[in-house]
Amino acid sequence: MSTADAPDAATFDVASIAADFPILGERIHGHRLVFLDSAASSQRPRSVLDAMDRYYETTHSNVHRAAYTLAERATNAMEAGRTTVARFIGAADASEIVFTKNATEALNLVARSWGAAHLGEGDAIVLSVLEHHANIVPWLQLQQTHGFEIRWIGVGDDGLLDLSDLDQLLRGSKLLSVTAMSNVIGTMPPLAELVERAHAAGALVCIDACQSVPHLPTDVRALDADFVAFSGHKMCGPTGIGVLWARRELLETMPPFLGGGGMILDVRLDGFVPAEVPHKFEAGTPPIAEIVGLAAAIDYLDAIGMDRVRAHEVELNEYALRTLPARFGDDLRIYGSHDAELRGGVMSFAFCDIHPHDLSQVLDEHGVCVRPGHHCAKPLMRVLGVGATARASWYLYNDAADIDALGDALDAARSFFSI
Amino acid sequence: MSGLEDLYREIILDHYRSPRNRGELAVPPATRTEGFNPLCGDEIVVFLELDDAAKGDDAVITDVRIGGQGCSISQSSASMMSAAIKGHSVGAARELATSFKAMMSIHEGELEGTAADDAETSDTAGELPLGDLDALRGVVKFPVRIKCATLGWNTLLQGVDEATGT
Repeated sequence: MSTADAPDAATFDVASIAADFPILGERIHGHRLVFLDSAASSQRPRSVLDAMDRYYETTHSNVHRAAYTLAERATNAMEAGRTTVARFIGAADASEIVFTKNATEALNLVARSWGAAHLGEGDAIVLSVLEHHANIVPWLQLQQTHGFEIRWIGVGDDGLLDLSDLDQLLRGSKLLSVTAMSNVIGTMPPLAELVERAHAAGALVCIDACQSVPHLPTDVRALDADFVAFSGHKMCGPTGIGVLWARRELLETMPPFLGGGGMILDVRLDGFVPAEVPHKFEAGTPPIAEIVGLAAAIDYLDAIGMDRVRAHEVELNEYALRTLPARFGDDLRIYGSHDAELRGGVMSFAFCDIHPHDLSQVLDEHGVCVRPGHHCAKPLMRVLGVGATARASWYLYNDAADIDALGDALDAARSFFSI
Repeated sequence: MSGLEDLYREIILDHYRSPRNRGELAVPPATRTEGFNPLCGDEIVVFLELDDAAKGDDAVITDVRIGGQGCSISQSSASMMSAAIKGHSVGAARELATSFKAMMSIHEGELEGTAADDAETSDTAGELPLGDLDALRGVVKFPVRIKCATLGWNTLLQGVDEATGT
């Protein structure tokens, strides 16, 4: 874990952090860019862009199985990246880090490899209604061919999971797969409790950590889950790179997912022998430059300290939850918990009956980027009773002035639609 | 805000605030057709009642109602559509849909050519004017919103096919 100083948001220098991100200097319709969509994809600091450029300028070749110097350099860069990721999330060994395209592919890997081998008629898994489609659809797809039962943990009006019947849901189930942080309303389920109760019931636990790894300190060993999935592009890294972590013993029992080069020890006309973990899950040429970029992003976040990133976002939560309702009263409805400590830096809201698409269009005119829509969480939208929400999300480069800018743009939208 | 005012013309906001032909019709005799925009979750329901479905494109749309939920562009476009087609033939409604979709297309010229060809071969009372619908022309400058504007029309085209059994 990070050895940075104790959380001290007062010394968290947002201006100097924001200056590290070239894109934040862009102007949109004559306004400064107010980027409030990091829950969809964050921006990247110069150090990440430079690391990827440098890799292509000095290091690139295909990895493994070549004797020349460049191939060795590229392989070393990729494996150093794996070690960086392992250290960042507290994995016991770099071989427990499987590189994927994104968190979605990582979750599909769990379903198609572990799930296909262990789930069938009479079996059950448990998901929550909070989940992103990436942690729902792979299981629904597998259910079509394997016929197991999917049980659902509901969500209460407060946006928190309803755990009243959890033991009943877990009884006889083989897996609990749940988000660490809702990408819509920021809910952070009590993972320690969920893991303990799932394990007590004999179920493995898969965590969709796509929204949490970029924003909170992560220690997979302390968490004691069985699978953890996340994406690089939400944590200041490039697109096209994701991670699946699982304990080595568990990965070793799992069949390969995608087949091809790089994931085998031997291929004959009548069969093949898969490679060791993690390579048996990494078919084809890997996204080497993206791994290098992800490692640079982790170095950047580590230097700041994930505990301080979290403290900063809680402060922004407090600021938004205090100032926006005070300014807009009943015209603004914020979904989910109103406790700044209980949520991630992501806020879905409804405003003045203005449709989220119309709202985000007017906000864009003021340089404010928020995302309208169902946020790939249609089951949760049905619980909220809406087809779409507008969503603002913040990260280490946002500050109170950005939330003020959101408020000013909301004011302008209200005037524009004459409500 | 000149770009925004191009998108949100006053007539559009008027249809959004006071949608025309909002509601439902009894099914049957009416038909009910749903259209979805999976990207944003917007939904339009078009109810159509014809004088005589057997007349095909010559059948007259005696009543139309619009249901569903969505943004100002999808809802106002559907509202204007309902006002434009009510009392006119299925064939004329098809032509208007083609003209409107052509206006919403980046290949405008090309498709308008197609629309004109259709009009020539069509056996209907003649082309309906775009009228208020012309106010939606500004949507073309906002490509992500084109699907909002065409949602009701695609649902209408599906609806007249169902209503006339084609």
